[in-house]
Amino acid sequence: MTKMLKGIAASDGIAAAKAYMLVQPDLSFSETAIDDPEAEISRLNAAVDASKKDLEVIKAKAAENLGEEEAQVFEAHLTILSDPEMLGQISDKIKNDKVNAEAAVKSVTDMFIGMFEAMTDNAYMQERAGDVRDVTKRLLSHLLGVTLPSPALIDEEVVIVAHDLTPSDTAQLDRRYVKGFITDIGGRTSHSAIMSRTLEIPAIVGSGNATAEIKADQTVIIDGINGDALVDPSEAELKEYQQKATDFAAQKAEWARLKNEQSVTADGKQVTLGANIGTPKDVEAANDNGAEAVGLFRSEFLYMDASELPSEDDQFEAYKQAVEGMNGKQVVVRTMDIGGDKELPYLPLPEEQNPFLGYRAIRISLDRQDIFRTQLRALLRASAYGRLAIMFPMIATVKEFKAAKAVFEEEKAKLVADGVQVSDEIEVGMMMEIPAAAMIADKLAKYADFFSIGTNDLIQYSMAADRGNERVSYLYQPYNPSLLRLIKNIIDSSHKEGKWTGMCGEMAGDQIAVPLLAGLGLDEFSMSATSILKTRSLLKKLDTTKMKELADKAVTDCETTEEVVELVHQYID
Amino acid sequence: MEKKDFHVIAETGIHARPATLLVQAASKFNADITLAYNDKSVNLKSIMGVMSLGVGQGADVTITAEGADEADAIAAVAETMKKEGLAE
Repeated sequence: MTKMLKGIAASDGIAAAKAYMLVQPDLSFSETAIDDPEAEISRLNAAVDASKKDLEVIKAKAAENLGEEEAQVFEAHLTILSDPEMLGQISDKIKNDKVNAEAAVKSVTDMFIGMFEAMTDNAYMQERAGDVRDVTKRLLSHLLGVTLPSPALIDEEVVIVAHDLTPSDTAQLDRRYVKGFITDIGGRTSHSAIMSRTLEIPAIVGSGNATAEIKADQTVIIDGINGDALVDPSEAELKEYQQKATDFAAQKAEWARLKNEQSVTADGKQVTLGANIGTPKDVEAANDNGAEAVGLFRSEFLYMDASELPSEDDQFEAYKQAVEGMNGKQVVVRTMDIGGDKELPYLPLPEEQNPFLGYRAIRISLDRQDIFRTQLRALLRASAYGRLAIMFPMIATVKEFKAAKAVFEEEKAKLVADGVQVSDEIEVGMMMEIPAAAMIADKLAKYADFFSIGTNDLIQYSMAADRGNERVSYLYQPYNPSLLRLIKNIIDSSHKEGKWTGMCGEMAGDQIAVPLLAGLGLDEFSMSATSILKTRSLLKKLDTTKMKELADKAVTDCETTEEVVELVHQYID
Repeated sequence: MEKKDFHVIAETGIHARPATLLVQAASKFNADITLAYNDKSVNLKSIMGVMSLGVGQGADVTITAEGADEADAIAAVAETMKKEGLAE
């Protein structure tokens, strides 16, 4: 009997394969007395060897997919597994206390974990406790004979079923084998969803109970277009979905023909379709999908993936690689957006009641100018290699923008004085994600070269609703007239000063929002690379005069989100 | 027995990555190699031991090797220290 699960469609496409349960196995055991320590020690050694073998594979895959730097963490795990002191203490415990290997492993590793965690003055060392914990889990899984799933160890076609996918999970995904995935939690903008679109793997997130409802090796169909998953489908259903997959592939091929075309509406108005990227490597996918710009380069990866503040040279290399990769097309880099839900182990921030309303993004940059200046210098140096633009996140007031811009000018002047080559055409703009800034967009437009609307935060701050909180998630309403009015004010204000407005949130590639945004006069739409061609195809069908009429009606006449959606359907169907 | 003193100059001290490299360098030798800091001494072939010392910038540490290849071992460890900009 087919079981049907519903979730949020995260990434287009259809996939059918066996389920691979990426769930934590039960690693509980009881301490038992043993009478043959030698046998127990050889059991331990076998588990150590098997764990090392796993890690070698994982390390190789991480190096291949992510680079040597990312693979270092697994090298550290391997070194822990070869630690003579730790292994010696475990063996001693087996011999002296006559306990099973599981108990000996747990007791010794717990001691080390406790020691690292006790180094409270050193957040970095505290983090190493996590490494020991990971290694311990792997050792225990081999001792207990249960499988500790690792995406890197998959070597046949599967659909991954997980509670959630962490960055280190997605880093190990091999597209040859992972045909799709489904998670219990998450929304369209969670890490797992964004990664599924980057990797172009059909995916469903936020299904609620996939890990409970699906059993290992059951066949699962993932319909990433509608957000439906079919477990144990019938022959007829499999056939139906194969047809759907074929149709989807045909449509994708049609979109692919638009790759080198310009983004113009039916009546000939040109706009820019850009890609959002997280690392310089994503430039490849942006180009493959016909991006005309990078509308958002999140610089956080430089900070998140490091063990200390990234140096000016390291940052310079990353920015240079991105602008060179885009070959003369504009790359908008957002300066550090740390804080909120993004923390850095080596830059401990005081605990806050409301991190999203607290010390984050430009607020940190203006306070910790050492960090900010390093980033700006790296950006300025990279500007000589292509078309680079800079934007500041979380600007709330004119004063903040002016202060940030002044620091930029100071660093620019210093570099020029030192004879360093710097572009004279760097546009310096700001994110529009705080309602207060949106209300004085006319004032800000005098100073900023452009605006980029960050819809996730703008919606969350406008509605005063945390999008991660399921009880209030109904307030995540991108089409609500209130939000459209803010967007209209931002775009109109920029145009009055001869400036431009882009949008770099998920909404920019949303097929209901695009007609409205085209009508409101948005200049640049920046989205996941894989949404670009679909959006270009949609834009070709839209007439700006009609879309302007649609947008005007939505802004002035509509009372609710539902009315707006209804109106859009009337106009485009 | 061979002995050598180092003054740690790396801003982050001997953290996971450099510690891993030191341990890997030391593990190639048969000699018993220890790292001493603040009256505590650990096996330099043990990553957990090295990290547990929490050696920071400005620390003075002593490395001792005892065994047939002790001289080579000290030379290799010193080489890693220098190459990684860890200590002088």
